[in-house]
Amino acid sequence: MAQRETSQRDVAIVATAQRPSEIGTRQTSVELLLPVINQAIAKAGIERRDIDFWCHGSCDYMSGQPFSFVAAVDAIGAWPPVIESHVEADGAFALYEAWIKIKTGEADVAVVFSNGKTTSGPIDRILTLQTDPYFVAPLGAGFHALTALQARLCLESGTVTEREMAEVAARSYRDGRSNSNNPHLGGGELSVDDLLAQPYTMNPLRAHDCGLAVDGTNAVVLAVADVARRLTARPAWIRGIDHRIDTQRLGARSMTTSHSTAIAAEKAGAGADRLDIAELHAPYTHQELLLRQAIGLSDSTRVNPSGGALVANPAMAAGLARFAEAAEQIFSGSADRALAHCTSGPCLQQNLVSVMEGE
Amino acid sequence: MADRCAVVGVGQTKHAACRADVSIAGLVREAVDRALVDANISMADVDAIVIGKAPDMLEGVVMPELWLADALAAHGKPVFRVHTAGSVGGSTAIVAAQHVMAGIHGTVLTVGFEKQSDGSAMWALSVPIPFGMPVHAGAGGYFSPIVRGYIKRSGAPAHIGAMVAVKDRTNACKNPYAHLHEPDWTLEKALETPMLWDPIRFIETCPSSDGAMALVLMSEERADRHSGPKAWVHATSMRSEPTAFAGREQISPRAGEMCAEDLWRKGGITNPAKEIDVVEMYVPFAWFEPMWLENLGFAPRNEGWRMVEDGVTEMTGSLPVNASGGVLSTNPIGASGMLRFGEAAMQVMGKAGEHQIAGARRAVGHAYGGGSQFFAMWLVSSEKP
Repeated sequence: MAQRETSQRDVAIVATAQRPSEIGTRQTSVELLLPVINQAIAKAGIERRDIDFWCHGSCDYMSGQPFSFVAAVDAIGAWPPVIESHVEADGAFALYEAWIKIKTGEADVAVVFSNGKTTSGPIDRILTLQTDPYFVAPLGAGFHALTALQARLCLESGTVTEREMAEVAARSYRDGRSNSNNPHLGGGELSVDDLLAQPYTMNPLRAHDCGLAVDGTNAVVLAVADVARRLTARPAWIRGIDHRIDTQRLGARSMTTSHSTAIAAEKAGAGADRLDIAELHAPYTHQELLLRQAIGLSDSTRVNPSGGALVANPAMAAGLARFAEAAEQIFSGSADRALAHCTSGPCLQQNLVSVMEGE
Repeated sequence: MADRCAVVGVGQTKHAACRADVSIAGLVREAVDRALVDANISMADVDAIVIGKAPDMLEGVVMPELWLADALAAHGKPVFRVHTAGSVGGSTAIVAAQHVMAGIHGTVLTVGFEKQSDGSAMWALSVPIPFGMPVHAGAGGYFSPIVRGYIKRSGAPAHIGAMVAVKDRTNACKNPYAHLHEPDWTLEKALETPMLWDPIRFIETCPSSDGAMALVLMSEERADRHSGPKAWVHATSMRSEPTAFAGREQISPRAGEMCAEDLWRKGGITNPAKEIDVVEMYVPFAWFEPMWLENLGFAPRNEGWRMVEDGVTEMTGSLPVNASGGVLSTNPIGASGMLRFGEAAMQVMGKAGEHQIAGARRAVGHAYGGGSQFFAMWLVSSEKP
């Protein structure tokens, strides 16, 4: 495998921590974040004073409160004062900001964290408020419904089949049940035929086609090259990372391809070599199939060994969870080259892709 | 060593209580178009867009940058969203600059906006909090005890706040984009305005505005080939601390002091009051001008009000503060910090028009947010670092 030379300002993930998914948690975001941040720092073998930069990803509407991220400063323990930032987005974008910060030379070690208390509110209605506030949101279409329209177009164009979608679900649930971060998943295996016999919940989507809304919290520690080597035997080197956006207007872009994913994957260098695994943030089964095509994944790449966002989709934390899961595969030696992906907006509007390698 | 970065274009909207003539997208585009014209580039030249605004609940659009991708002609490009409370306009500009300084992109467009008239800030900021204790004090109610504490500690005379307010409202008349154009204020009239949150009077508070600010940033390689004035970014800094803990210094927060110390160190400034020509400071309540003068190191503790009283911060003084009229004359929350950063850049680019401070070479943009706990600052100069 042709691995790239690591240069001085290269960045690696050196530790990750995730709180097992939960439904209907009663804890505050600070109560959820503090243990996860502590765990990530402990795993990295560092102290709070070693951390040069903190970056948080979350969304006010998930918490039902403006400035909801302000309280998270308490989970950092920001005294003496710290250098810290926040993105109103998935934690994967917070990771992107931290990566930039390390590249500038202003930080050597950064902690990135995100929290998504998805089950606190009506997630379908909340995400619908991402659409054009004058002409689309007032129609109350619903995030699920917009995605169902996308799935319908994919089916009618022959891009995907209902059986392929059910196969994605069967595999994701099978893998998800063996992931200790998913205690909310019950036992019992369903065959593809069993799944296809289920009724539609929003035609052409069945229950198993839609990501399970869960509450999730995670943290990732990033370090610059020499520090990363000192902290861990096998860092997950970020070899490329890029994000792109498409128009939001559903009638103005192809619903059966993901242009922004294709660009981000190319910029991140996804196609340069064989990928052992890919952790795709695909909250709907047909979207995994679209993402595979857009990235150009071959059948030899194992997709979502964690179970993916289909079985645990904490909004605003599911993308960073993909980074955590992919990095752990590299730490353990199960993968040498891994891809992590995050999506945002209706029908895969915005996409971030990163390629990580062991050494 | 990070790459150098320069501001090559600045554009802002006409700010007003209600820009009913434009949508949110139209408002953002107005600032962006002006910044692109100012930089003499087109949208096609932009590599990435970094966008900031205050809570989404102010307009009721979740992560509006997604929908705004069309208005920003961003298809196929990176769009990055920052949200760090009231300091967001400043931190957004810093994150944008770091895209350049990290060597990731050569030309970055950054924009901060708020269209307060599209929603209700009072509703958005008073949502019953599901998992915490509501404060319901409003910003004025939150900050007035801190201002009272400052007056008590420093022994400042009661009219200092009104002096700052009259100065900023008068300066704003020289800024065609400012929300409030009220030329007739006198100190006497100012002191007759109603007391809202003792000791904060009506004139000492900021308005609620619709508005946007956009900046075009370039790498050294591109800026060198670009004709026209530039504001070189000499230093950026951010610091945060918790909202509350026993014994917390809230009048001159440690995070603000550390942020300023870091800025001066990175920018090679040893005597800020002498070496800085102009300051655009985040002053939503007039008394924060003397408080921040001390916090940033322009004045010794408890002496900031003397600079105000002596006219040092007037446009004719040795350290003009908020020649643009500042937040006290224009407050589109998510844009207010970037307005400070952009106005600082305009001063060193010589583009501030009637409110230009002659010969300004070094300028500071300052923003803060939350319970005086999030700070963002940058130091720009007409000369390369």
